[in-house]
Amino acid sequence: MEPLKKHTGLVYPLNRANVDTDQIIPKQFLKRISRQGFGQFLFYNWRFDEKDQLKPDFSLNDPKYTDASILVAGDNFGCGSSREHAPWALQDFGFKVIIAPSFADIFYNNCTKNGILPVKLTDEEVQQLIANAEADDYYLTVDLEEKIVFDSTGFEADFDLAEYPREMLLNGWDEISVTLSHSSKIDAFETKHTVH
Amino acid sequence: MGKPKTVIEKIWDKHVVHHEAGRPDLLYIDLHLVHEVTSPQAFEGLRMKKRRVRQPHLTFATMDHNVPTIHRNVIKDEVSKKQMDQLQKNCDEFGIPLADIHHKHQGIVHVIGPELGLTQPGKTIVCGDSHTSTHGAFGALAFGIGTSEVEHVLATQTIWQSEPKTLNVKVDGKLGTGVTAKDLILAIIGKFGVKFGTGYVIEYTGEAIRDLSMEGRMTICNMSIEAGARAGLVSPDEKTVEFLRGRKYAPKEEDFDQVASEWLDLATDEGAVYDATVEINANEIEPQVTWGTNPSMCIPISGNIPNPDNAETESDRNEINHALAYMGLEADQPISTVPIEHVFIGSCTNSRLADLERAASIIKGRTVHPSVRAIVVPGSQSVKTEAEENGLDIIFKDAGFEWRGAGCSMCLAMNGDIVPPGERCASTSNRNFEGRQGAGARTHLVSPEMAAAAAIEGKFVDVRSLPIPTA
Ligand code: SF4
Repeated sequence: MEPLKKHTGLVYPLNRANVDTDQIIPKQFLKRISRQGFGQFLFYNWRFDEKDQLKPDFSLNDPKYTDASILVAGDNFGCGSSREHAPWALQDFGFKVIIAPSFADIFYNNCTKNGILPVKLTDEEVQQLIANAEADDYYLTVDLEEKIVFDSTGFEADFDLAEYPREMLLNGWDEISVTLSHSSKIDAFETKHTVH
Repeated sequence: MGKPKTVIEKIWDKHVVHHEAGRPDLLYIDLHLVHEVTSPQAFEGLRMKKRRVRQPHLTFATMDHNVPTIHRNVIKDEVSKKQMDQLQKNCDEFGIPLADIHHKHQGIVHVIGPELGLTQPGKTIVCGDSHTSTHGAFGALAFGIGTSEVEHVLATQTIWQSEPKTLNVKVDGKLGTGVTAKDLILAIIGKFGVKFGTGYVIEYTGEAIRDLSMEGRMTICNMSIEAGARAGLVSPDEKTVEFLRGRKYAPKEEDFDQVASEWLDLATDEGAVYDATVEINANEIEPQVTWGTNPSMCIPISGNIPNPDNAETESDRNEINHALAYMGLEADQPISTVPIEHVFIGSCTNSRLADLERAASIIKGRTVHPSVRAIVVPGSQSVKTEAEENGLDIIFKDAGFEWRGAGCSMCLAMNGDIVPPGERCASTSNRNFEGRQGAGARTHLVSPEMAAAAAIEGKFVDVRSLPIPTA
């Protein structure tokens, strides 16, 4: 995966809490057997009507957000299933960073394993970012080395990310290769561990 | 004796392959369950890097999400068929045991694991599916993983995990007659919300949990993820041991008692400390019905739909308004007046033999309301066979239910079993998200008994108020 150190991009505000993975990528699109091409189905039931026509009233369909790469949303983003198709769809659509007050655990993990940076900010900070992005074209910079988010008008907030996923993201490492470098430990463990 | 430990800590400590301060531990995985939807890209990844599956015999695959529940010989949906064929191919190539659509053990992955005795106390269990938490009912540490992690476990039989915080959900008291494990877990999520478990592994404790059957415990642990917890478990006890005795992949008779005593030692020690505890009393719980678009939006059958004007915060008000609009409901309406068009009895939450027996006891001698279409989808082919041996299929069919083959079916509506837009379904599954049972479909989560009662009445009704069946 691509290393992600610092990213500046247009913000798309989605002012909803508990956005679940069935919304991010509805199940009728989970039948593909490759990782690519899920972006077109992102938020499908919100973006498209029953006749598969774009719904003009859903904000992400507004051309002003076409180039957005930072998604800012409400609490408990990504709750529900473990489907990694959710981060694949977000990434394929163009999102590199997701900011929310909290995330569902599995989704959070799935993001960091795919080179998407999930950023937890406080409720107030998120509300401010959403208000800014709803008011006008709004750009943010996320710096993973410094663990800060800032804009050009003085907003600045720091965030936390555990050291291990941070390293993976910064370096774009393949986790399996990292683990296989511990092979001898796994071998040793297996000789003394019984599974009935 | 050392410091008292929780069952969670005991299992964890036995599985750490590599530990370094300030980093996640490398944890060994004892059982990896695989299904057709979240695995193709993982196998593709292995192939691209020329990697093998480290322990095919600790891996077990089945087909559940996509499989049709009728006319199973011809898979009409080309894309589903491709996904199933791909799983077959992957299992052949990598030497993984597979219960395919025609296998007598095929079924929902979380139903067949326990049924075959693959699920055992003390095991670490993963699957590319968030309801893997179900297996925690046996005192196993079981959690859902994404596809990248599926690939990682296939290649290394390990996973990087930070030791979780522990949360004790303590349920004292006794559930009343007609009040089930499903009502209990809905009431817990209703009271504490959809994210109170985030970052934790839950252990369910207390009298009401000890009193539950293994099936009831599975229903509870299954929905841990709906509370945000990746895993939820119950300490093993005699019920756990007896459930597993004699199962296909359980330890052989001659070793069984020895292994069983090791299992019992895993139970949480007296005086062990949790990072957090919440409590709820079972005595007060009524049958529950969800009214909204996440499982915490639930009320007792005697209750009314919430009014957004009473919401405490602006964002709660928004959520209620969204949910009411999607669900086509009015604020303050009694839930018992809401008519339904569909009933689904099935899913990894409530599709085991005991669930079907309890639903059948309500259905027996009655008929499905004329405006309702009702289906029963057994959790596995073994459940189906056993139910048929006991004549349950006849009870359901005589009442007007459709009796299907095993799979996930209308729980997530990937296989063509869908609820049409705007229509309402009483469902024994675990998620009432928008579009879960079909675009625009309106889902109400209930227990099998409550679903059966709703099928008969054509609306939600307190199952405890139905006269005892005559037939
Ligand atoms: S029955 Fe439903 S919740 Fe359970 S594994 Fe299948 S789709 Fe997931």
